[in-house]
Amino acid sequence: MADAGGNDLDAFAVETRTWLAENYPPALRAMGARTDPEAPWGGRSFVGSDDPQIVWMRRLAAKGWTAPTWPSAYGGGGLTSQQARVLDREISAGGYRTPLLSFGLWMLGPVLLEYATEAQKREHLAKIVGGEIRWCQGYSEPGAGSDLASLQTKCEDKGDHWLINGQKIWTSYANKADWCFCLVRTDTSKKHEGISFILIDMASPGVETRPIQLISGDSPFCETFFTDVKVPKDNLVGRVGGGWEIAKRLLQYERQNISGGFGSGGGAGGSAGDLGQIAKDYIGVDASGALADSDLRGRITQNKMDFQAFYLTLSRVASEARSNAGAGPSAATSIIKYAAATLAQQRAELMVEALGHQGLGWEGEGFDATEKTITRGWLRSKGNSIEGGTSEININVVAKRVLGLPDPRVG
Amino acid sequence: MAVLTEEQTLLRDAARTWTQEQSPVTRFRALRDSGAPLRFDPAVYAEMAAMGWTGVIIPEEYGGSGFGYLGMGLILEQTGRTLTASPLLASALAAASAVMLGGTGAQKQSRLAPIASGQSIATLAIDEGAHHRPNHVALSAVHNGAGYRLTGAKTFVLEGMAANLLVVSARTSGAVGETAGISLFLVDSDARGVTRTALKLADSRGAANIAFDNVEVGADGLLGPEGQGWDVLEKTLDRARAGLAAEMLGAASQAFETTLDYLKTRVQFGQVIGAFQGLQHRAAKMFTDLELARSCVEAALEAIDSDADNTPDLVSLAKAKVGDTLHLVTNEMVQMHGGIGMTDAHDAGLYLKRARAAEATFGGGAYHRDRYARMQGY
Repeated sequence: MADAGGNDLDAFAVETRTWLAENYPPALRAMGARTDPEAPWGGRSFVGSDDPQIVWMRRLAAKGWTAPTWPSAYGGGGLTSQQARVLDREISAGGYRTPLLSFGLWMLGPVLLEYATEAQKREHLAKIVGGEIRWCQGYSEPGAGSDLASLQTKCEDKGDHWLINGQKIWTSYANKADWCFCLVRTDTSKKHEGISFILIDMASPGVETRPIQLISGDSPFCETFFTDVKVPKDNLVGRVGGGWEIAKRLLQYERQNISGGFGSGGGAGGSAGDLGQIAKDYIGVDASGALADSDLRGRITQNKMDFQAFYLTLSRVASEARSNAGAGPSAATSIIKYAAATLAQQRAELMVEALGHQGLGWEGEGFDATEKTITRGWLRSKGNSIEGGTSEININVVAKRVLGLPDPRVG
Repeated sequence: MAVLTEEQTLLRDAARTWTQEQSPVTRFRALRDSGAPLRFDPAVYAEMAAMGWTGVIIPEEYGGSGFGYLGMGLILEQTGRTLTASPLLASALAAASAVMLGGTGAQKQSRLAPIASGQSIATLAIDEGAHHRPNHVALSAVHNGAGYRLTGAKTFVLEGMAANLLVVSARTSGAVGETAGISLFLVDSDARGVTRTALKLADSRGAANIAFDNVEVGADGLLGPEGQGWDVLEKTLDRARAGLAAEMLGAASQAFETTLDYLKTRVQFGQVIGAFQGLQHRAAKMFTDLELARSCVEAALEAIDSDADNTPDLVSLAKAKVGDTLHLVTNEMVQMHGGIGMTDAHDAGLYLKRARAAEATFGGGAYHRDRYARMQGY
């Protein structure tokens, strides 16, 4: 592909490669170097820490390279999207660790850049770039799942502050987060127009979090309770009653981000490893070298091929986005999360089936760590078609927005 | 859509305009109803040749434009949309690929230019039964002086009645099922001992069974080294499969769009039926499959153009995925149209029939899933 400024990009790549090599903490180089598992998420508890992961993050953050395309005025790298891709490529090619995992980077930052006041940007963006504040997302409520806009958490104007009362659920890492970006109801007379987007310090009096046990065991999800929590007036983003637009915008960023983690053994379930090889190990092969269970072989193949089709679609979407910058996301983008969830769940089921009873170990002896991960990963993957918008909601969106099919008339 | 060069975009747009205006489905329907024996209109093929389509993959030195397989795929996708019948796939893609991959300089010189100009119609005569199993070659070729004598039978030869040149797989050694011992031959269809029987298939496209009874072929008819034709055959078939997959993608896209239009216009219970969630979700799933299938087809065509090592994997992926998608979409096309979809007057049946024939050609889903699994080592 012909790139404008190709020579400059090459020079940037060389410069970046050198800088990364010189600045990567030697302590991280060792295979399996042990660092605090929470360190990649940063936050208040790591301020002043000398954990090598934090050192690495700080060095990149000082150049704005944890948020490469954000404006440098707010601590970002100020890079072009082409340069940012070069940086990404150099980080992964060099085998360097991801410097910072952050809902602030992936979700909140982009909407702050779009909707926040200058003062709010100055207050929050640089701390996201620097990994100083760990954010969580207060969206779902017990009574507001797929129908998110029916949320009830109350936000009252008390003159010099907002007063928050209500409950959130599925708040990932709420028990470890420093701040929460939250949807609240500022007007009970209107559904969508009664919603506002507000930023809450989790250290405020009246905030309580409780981790949720899932069918797969421990989870990062929490229930979050707000009881008479006072929030400064300046913390509301956008206009009062304008939160739904911001919420939807942020969900777009979330859905882009979430699908990447499905199925391969990350936090969203499934388990790593080549399904075909694992099935061979547990089932054996026939005289021709084919998996001995021909029915399972067919279904494994179907899943592997569908995954390859999915990855080819991801790269097609990316290259189309590069060539039509400004034309908006291509139609294929809208199917990504739905397809990813479906395939990840199928894969997790096939893993368990391939392992037989060895794929159902819960804890203790008789099962190795990988086998137990496969059991837990299978159960966790059931959430893939629920979290971040259920598959049913995803395909509703495809039917309405992409295919232009109308809403049913009621009655 | 893949990121296209300006020339590719022009080619695709020209193909779209021509097929929509000059070769809509009504033209295919009229052709079917006319019972024309060749199952395509030679005047239409001549028009395609005049536009340069028959030379798209053939190098310039042999009378083509060397434009590549993605370019050919862009055309086939458009002809697939309107069910345009022609020997473009059989001759200008499949048989031309065999000559390009296996031919001597002299063979390329004599055979490719007439294919590129549209004067010659060539085709692959590969299968010997109801299923695509290209290693199951029983048709024998025995030495006969400096040349060979071919005896056996080939089935479901695309455009077999129209073709003047056949690319025939034959066994010069080994047992049926072995890949070693397969040789490829160029056989003129009017050679003594060649008997062709026209097949009337549900999709109304041209195909024939062809018997070979001691057909004499000169030494210059051998395509590639004797007994080692398998590699050229597999590469040729992968190119044909990718081209067919592009045609199938076009057919599936059109079948889906026609159905979607119907969901937006057919009124029952006082509203368009597309307002019902039961149909919306099925439409969204079809759209998802179409997007995935498109990625596979484009990747396979690009892999051929760049001679990538994983071309066979991508081709099997594309053929299987687009086949499954076309299968689903054509069934849904009938179902979502209801009673009208069952009538011959509606186009749904034309797409359904073409779908199944294309799925079976050059290997169906089961064939390509098995092949993919073997290539992945399990």
